[in-house]
Amino acid sequence: MDWFPLINSLRIAGISTVVIFFLGIFAAYYIAKAPRAVKGILDVVLTMPLVLPPTVVGYLLLRVLGPKRIIGAWVLETFGLKLTMTWWSAIFATAVVIFPLMYRTARGAFESFDETLAHAGQTLGLSNRYIFWRIRMPYCRQGILAGTVLAFARALGEYGATSMIAGYTPGRTATISTTVYQLWRTNDDALAFRWVMINMAISAVVLLAVNMLERKRRTRKEAA
Amino acid sequence: MALSVDIEKTLGDFHLRVKFEAENRVLALLGASGCGKSMTLKCIAGIERPDRGVITLDGTTLFDSGRGVNLPPQRRRVGYLFQQYALFPNMTVEQNIAAGVRDRRRAREETAEAIAAMRLEGLERKRPHQLSGGQQQRVALARILVNRPEVLLLDEPFSALDSHLRFQLEQELRGAIRRFGKTVLLVSHNRDEVFRLSDEVAIMHDGRIETTGEKKAVFANPRTRNGAILTGCKNVSPVEAIGERRARAVDWGVELALPASADGVQYVGIRMHDVRLADAQGEPNAFLCRVEETIENPFSCTVLLRPEGAASPIGWELDKERWRQIRAERLRVCLPPESMLLLKE
Repeated sequence: MDWFPLINSLRIAGISTVVIFFLGIFAAYYIAKAPRAVKGILDVVLTMPLVLPPTVVGYLLLRVLGPKRIIGAWVLETFGLKLTMTWWSAIFATAVVIFPLMYRTARGAFESFDETLAHAGQTLGLSNRYIFWRIRMPYCRQGILAGTVLAFARALGEYGATSMIAGYTPGRTATISTTVYQLWRTNDDALAFRWVMINMAISAVVLLAVNMLERKRRTRKEAA
Repeated sequence: MALSVDIEKTLGDFHLRVKFEAENRVLALLGASGCGKSMTLKCIAGIERPDRGVITLDGTTLFDSGRGVNLPPQRRRVGYLFQQYALFPNMTVEQNIAAGVRDRRRAREETAEAIAAMRLEGLERKRPHQLSGGQQQRVALARILVNRPEVLLLDEPFSALDSHLRFQLEQELRGAIRRFGKTVLLVSHNRDEVFRLSDEVAIMHDGRIETTGEKKAVFANPRTRNGAILTGCKNVSPVEAIGERRARAVDWGVELALPASADGVQYVGIRMHDVRLADAQGEPNAFLCRVEETIENPFSCTVLLRPEGAASPIGWELDKERWRQIRAERLRVCLPPESMLLLKE
């Protein structure tokens, strides 16, 4: 059995989760402080990929990253790099799709933060960076971790946008989800079933992890 | 360590306008909730930004809207004791206190000293949610004091505690304030706390300071209706002047001799324990009252007395034993002119 789709799926999901972890937290932190009107608009825009069909996301991405489109053409000309149809092209797709998950859970966590803790830190002379990483983030840790795990799980299952922007090339761009589709299409039911089981096993582990984090958070809140 | 504050801030339809100074003493801001006392502390600490004004601490300008100065809270050297103490929940007692030490190299020894001074030994590795309210307050105080602030702001320091804990914690806080020795601002709506802990009192109402002065002077003459109520005067009635030193108390339906000119006086107040039984005939401000109700307190009685035709009764607080001796359905009582509080709106 060729394990490439598993490795490829894990690295795409892993890299996009790391990127979105920081981007999502950054957006959540600043948008939570923004004026109400700005918040409302940004919320709609940033949550959009969660409800759009993945094919629409794929279409939009191809519109900007395709070799003849604005960004795609510029990158191709300046760096000689094609942004589509490589294994890492899928990272664009998964990142856009999982961003809302990370952003929304992080924002929820930040909104439950008790601001007097930050004020106390400031009056004690602690830097804003210290307050963010040593007080705010630990306080919101459970929510942010749950969001990260969910985002990772969703990235692992991304199909529509990925297949449009990275295609399906065995051994090069194939992921678990695109492999399952190809195997089913070519009537290799046994192998398709095996990949389905692998995918379900990973998802089950991830959901268990989310549940454990949630429970831990709840018992902590009760104890506090 | 002189603190001078003169600021304005508008929030919605609330307007804060306060001006005061304090130097090496305990100044209490006494006011009902929502009067702007906490907002004032936040402006001094730099957590809230006033619209206009100047705040200086011992010659250093913390805020000056005219010159565009607004020091961040980190550089103001203000120790702020929050109502719920704001201990960092993810840190142990030890880590919480160490976070307050400005000189990182001395964090270990200063934390150890503070733990000993605040009698927190044995709790070093506990987290805030494992502590009692009193212990939390001691940790918060320790964390503030190792930070070596130039001024201490105490925001309703006992509001998070059960009443039976307050007395002991008040003694501890008094000790900490004495050792601190610099300017302290205490915000409270509790007149007893304010009287016991402070040197000076400023009575706040609706974003303004109405009366300010030495605590005994303010309690003896609160000057405004709100001041009288906040300092614990339960009997207040509007008055109409009917002579040079005479006025009619509208709610009580009686005419009163006042200790000073009735000019400009809008209300009179008399504290419940200043009411007394009338003795001689012809005594001023003595009235026959019907005893409407007797309310028993743990160690005293409150008797509600209604003069003939009065809209609301006058409360009289007296010793239980004494009440047992004199109890009757009708009594002649006296509101001594020298105990009368002459008040404005």
